[in-house]
Amino acid sequence: MTLHEYLQFVILPIMALSAILIFVRFLMGPSLSDRVVALDLLITTAIGTISVFAVIFNEKDYLDVAIILALIAFLTTVAFAYYIEKQKKR
Amino acid sequence: MNSIILRTATNYILPLLLMFSVFILLRGHYLPGGGFVGGLIAAVAFVLHMFAHGLEKTRELLVIHPGYLLPFGLSLALLSGFAPVFFTGEPFMTGVWMENPIPVIGKVGSALFFDLGVYLVVFGVSLTIIFTISEDA
Repeated sequence: MTLHEYLQFVILPIMALSAILIFVRFLMGPSLSDRVVALDLLITTAIGTISVFAVIFNEKDYLDVAIILALIAFLTTVAFAYYIEKQKKR
Repeated sequence: MNSIILRTATNYILPLLLMFSVFILLRGHYLPGGGFVGGLIAAVAFVLHMFAHGLEKTRELLVIHPGYLLPFGLSLALLSGFAPVFFTGEPFMTGVWMENPIPVIGKVGSALFFDLGVYLVVFGVSLTIIFTISEDA
């Protein structure tokens, strides 16, 4: 099994399955906090998928997208936490 | 928000994001990137600082109000369009390029100054909008 076969037949299906499972949690999520965590995890999965695509297509520009997402993704969680905390104070 | 983890992380990530935004800005002519994305990344860096330290600290860090960057950016973009008219006598907005590349930066042309103008405008606009929203909230 070559590296490309491994990426395409093992890693990418796992990524897709986890993305579906996380999205189900995002839709069901009983509370707002669950949805926020699911969204953060969805972005993390996207970072992994982008990195796999960068290897498969041999495009190093895709990695810059992954870098930006990795640096910024937690900002959404921070912002949601900030506003949830603010809402509770009222 | 008062979290020491976020504040410590922000102190390391803010210069990293600013450096990355300049990298994206300089790379923009032939590869993905450019002034718009660079300006957005730089704005996000300061939004992160705002969440960690509060709006007043970020205002102190920026020294001037970000809205004052808009006229500078717009006039820089306009002047870069007029550069070929003044220097080589070619029509408005023709690309003017240096003969020899500068180390690290590469060949400097009027397109870089146009991108720099876009960078300043996007940075100023997005920070002005976000500061105004977080003031009201």
